[in-house]
Amino acid sequence: MTSPLQQKIKITGPSVVTANRTIDGVVVYRSADQRWATDLAEAAIVRDAPTARALLAEAAADDVGAVGAYIAPVLIAADGTVLPGNLREQIRRDGVSITLPSVR
Amino acid sequence: MYVYDEIDRTLVAERVAEFRDQVQRRLSGELTEEEFKPLRLMNGVYLQLHAYMFRVAIPYGTLSAPQLRKLAEVAQRYDRGYGHFTTRQNIQFNWIKLADLPDALAELAEVGLHAMQTSGNCTRNVTADQWGGVAPGEVEDPRLWAEILRQHTTLHPEFSFLPRKFKIAITASEHDRAAIKIHDIGLRLRRNEQGETGFEVLVGGGLGRSPFIAKTIKPFVAGRDLLSYVEAILRVYNQYGRRDNIYKARIKILVHELGIDKFAAEVENEWRQLAGGPLTLDDETIADIRSRFIYPDYPPLPDAKELLAQASASEPAFATWLANSVAPHKQPGYAIVTLSLKPVGAPPGDATAEQMAAIADLAERYSFSEIRVAHEQNLVLPHVAQRDLPELWHALEAIGVATPNVNLITDIIACPGLDYCSLANARSIPIAQQLTRRFSSAAAQALGQLHLNISGCINACGHHHVGHIGILGVEKNGEEYYQITIGGRADQKAQLGELLGPAVPFDQVADVIEDLVEAYRELRAGPQELFVDTVSRLGVEPFKERVYATRQ
Ligand code: HEM
Ligand code: SF4
Repeated sequence: MTSPLQQKIKITGPSVVTANRTIDGVVVYRSADQRWATDLAEAAIVRDAPTARALLAEAAADDVGAVGAYIAPVLIAADGTVLPGNLREQIRRDGVSITLPSVR
Repeated sequence: MYVYDEIDRTLVAERVAEFRDQVQRRLSGELTEEEFKPLRLMNGVYLQLHAYMFRVAIPYGTLSAPQLRKLAEVAQRYDRGYGHFTTRQNIQFNWIKLADLPDALAELAEVGLHAMQTSGNCTRNVTADQWGGVAPGEVEDPRLWAEILRQHTTLHPEFSFLPRKFKIAITASEHDRAAIKIHDIGLRLRRNEQGETGFEVLVGGGLGRSPFIAKTIKPFVAGRDLLSYVEAILRVYNQYGRRDNIYKARIKILVHELGIDKFAAEVENEWRQLAGGPLTLDDETIADIRSRFIYPDYPPLPDAKELLAQASASEPAFATWLANSVAPHKQPGYAIVTLSLKPVGAPPGDATAEQMAAIADLAERYSFSEIRVAHEQNLVLPHVAQRDLPELWHALEAIGVATPNVNLITDIIACPGLDYCSLANARSIPIAQQLTRRFSSAAAQALGQLHLNISGCINACGHHHVGHIGILGVEKNGEEYYQITIGGRADQKAQLGELLGPAVPFDQVADVIEDLVEAYRELRAGPQELFVDTVSRLGVEPFKERVYATRQ
């Protein structure tokens, strides 16, 4: 497995570090105060490759807390709200785009 | 049903204890994810977009009522109240917590269920015709041989670290319901001129990035030689299969690169060393395993033609379902019933805990306590007395599994796609939902057999290459697009579909499929000609013209 830290880091806009929480797989984001947060609003925003690399390294070191950390794009709305940067990240934040069979 | 012996039970129990320890060490930080990942994969645990996914093995798609009830309980207790039946006759839970997994596994072990052979680079759960043992005209119950292979390959040290995963499927009927030609090894049970039972052996089928249809390497291998012959294939693969490049690691690539004749010769060479050796199955062993398959003691019944005709006359919906979802059984007076897990607007192959529990009850009442999982992501009650069909239909209707669309355009095979899967480019389930809403029951009936398969990426878990219509999710500039192929098929005449033209955006998929279907209605030689036959007679061009004429 290539460690995320060995991968080339290229970012084109504001980004966050996201992963899945080890105990239950829930989507989490790395916060500025070095926690895993479930709310995207609490994610640390990085804007250039060196900062992104540092955040990723710090986050990936917490292997017990969360797995598969990577850098994901976000959009910042005019009012400052942080939004997922693509459909995949939107689905990760919001959950499946369908109604679950069990709640029909 | 096959009854496990003490060895199986001990193995399953030990496995749970081992995994419990591994999970604990992972959660305490003693194991890193890198160390833990191969261990969880050996227990069917993947990580998807929002959660862990847990795949439970259903060997050759056969379940007892207590097993299905247990799956319902696990869905209820540890997941979100539903499960997804897969194209390899397994079931997946999508929301399970790592911390809960050992308990879930322990509960499953109570009924002999486990997750061995559901992931990793081993020989995977061997699949078989879902009508095995009940299909009229089959050579023999293919599950007997699937079970022999299961016992031999489970945790086999030589075959637990293959270059890549390895999938085997078996059919025993002329009509291939097990899609053997898209498996690493496909086995077709047959008899030779001497009346001996054996197998035509095909290798090198598979979908994904480089799809191939399996080719025959030996027209007849006697049953007693099955293990030695399969072992010879696996050894050749283990030795020459590529480990340097994950995209070239499946046996299909090896077969393709060596050529089928050279590959067959290599296997033959290897087999000469093994044939007649300790892997040869003696009659006693085969008889012992056969004796562990318990078949119902069918009370003799006459065919219930009249009763069914009456019920059909008074209830047209019953007549439609009977014609669509009920098939002839080996045994006079009995029938095979397919339960559609493809209701309008729902994710293909999903069943709720309530449905699973209810189906378990109905199986006890009407099907000698047995259920089968079909690779088309439907369920089957394999031993239903014909006279019970009207009553059963009402019960199935009440729980939403009597949609009369088996083998029709709305009986869609779809992978989880971007709603769940971390590898996906695009969503599959919402496309399936749109299509089941687009084609009414009557419209679907009028089109006849038409298989539509959807995958969310090139890994092809939804078998799009072999759908009569195949839909593949791709990404274009961050948007979901879909490539459409037509003319594929997964049965005894398996072939890969041909690309229709440029990919279309999410919003246009249903319209394009409707255009395709319209074109078919105009072009077909008559109502008897299936969509796939019209495509094979006329080629892709006329369909392409029709679809793109108005779009570019
Ligand atoms: C988290 C990752 C994955 C998930 C959740 C997943 C899920 C599935 C599911 C659900 C099926 C059965 C289809 C169904 O009934 O819905 C399946 C089959 C299959 N998967 Fe995946 N899959 C994953 C990764 C992969 C990868 C990495 C590959 C190939 C490199 C792959 C190749 C296939 C193929 C070829 C089949 C189907 C056909 C067959 O050989 O029988 N999948 N997978
Ligand atoms: S085909 Fe692709 S998107 Fe669909 S389940 Fe397989 S890996 Fe995921």
